[in-house]
Amino acid sequence: MQEKSGCEKCKNCDEEKATPQWKNDFPISWDGDHYVSRREMVKFLTLGSSLLAAANWLVAWVWHRGRKETFPSSLIGSVAALKKEKSILFRYPTDKDPCIAVCTPSGELVAYSQVCTHLSCAVIYKEEELFCPCHNGVFELRVGRPTAGPPTRPLPRITLEQRGDRLFATGVEVTA
Amino acid sequence: MTNADFFIDYSRCIGCQACVQACSECDTHRGVSMIHLETIERRDSVQTAPQVCMHCEDPICARVCPADAIKKTPDGVVQSSLKPRCIGCSNCVMACPFGVPKYQVAIDQMMKCDMCYDRSSVGKTPMCAAVCPSGALTYTTLRNIQQTRPGVPVNEWQFGKEIVRTKVYVMVPPEISRVEVGLVQITTTAASLPDDPYDVALMLES
Repeated sequence: MQEKSGCEKCKNCDEEKATPQWKNDFPISWDGDHYVSRREMVKFLTLGSSLLAAANWLVAWVWHRGRKETFPSSLIGSVAALKKEKSILFRYPTDKDPCIAVCTPSGELVAYSQVCTHLSCAVIYKEEELFCPCHNGVFELRVGRPTAGPPTRPLPRITLEQRGDRLFATGVEVTA
Repeated sequence: MTNADFFIDYSRCIGCQACVQACSECDTHRGVSMIHLETIERRDSVQTAPQVCMHCEDPICARVCPADAIKKTPDGVVQSSLKPRCIGCSNCVMACPFGVPKYQVAIDQMMKCDMCYDRSSVGKTPMCAAVCPSGALTYTTLRNIQQTRPGVPVNEWQFGKEIVRTKVYVMVPPEISRVEVGLVQITTTAASLPDDPYDVALMLES
């Protein structure tokens, strides 16, 4: 604004009419300088936060992709044994991750992580439900959703695959 | 902000150095004096002239600054360089037609008169004008100065082909409307003067 009023007064106005862009970026007046500082700040915040968001998505995507491919397929027992025993314990994907496979009353085969989502006690198959004896947490069998007690998150589900009589664990599905 | 302006009346200066001392007590640059008290032909005259920043409408010091460190306030006062930006290149020292900016070696930064912005921005008289006993430096309204002084205030300067308009006025004889500053060839040199082994002024000038 000030630059303009100064321009009207000057005698060589015609020569200086076209103000180069760099002069607008480095104004001499206080007001102009404050305006540029504010604009730079907003630009920095906008670009910075969008960059941060993009980086977050990228990291999540890379991690997600990497994670999916790392699950091995491992033999956990025979279908006949599971149907007979009703539930069997196994470790998947590593030796430190206890899991439980259950044959539901309707004959469906499901498997979940044995680690309770409340305080990490081991859940057991009891009365057509998965029961955590530590604090009386109960998960239903169909999708592992908590139905009673303190747990709020469902159990991570282990995907199963039948190859003839042999039963394989092929992956872990964590639902929110 | 006030409607007072700064006036320099060189002919009234008595060289008492009060402005120099007062300037160094200013809160914006405590301990360092920003005012230049020049001697004029020291050998032949006792005339002195105070030089404060003239606060150009289009400050050349700010235009040549490569670091974007010199800023002008909305009321037309050109500020000292900004500490985080000044790179101490002395471009402004070279460019100023009045020779005002001072490069401070100790802090590697340019400092200049800012019309005691802590004072003048709230309507107080700048330090130098407040102490000047002869009225060579005055901070008052244009109307008041026109009524009380014989000369006329002028704030337009011509350096060669360049016209510079300033916030600070100088008092000149009534027939002058623009101060024209040209190159002056100094003819008086130490060699052209008769020998005087006790002439201290000559020793200082040569």
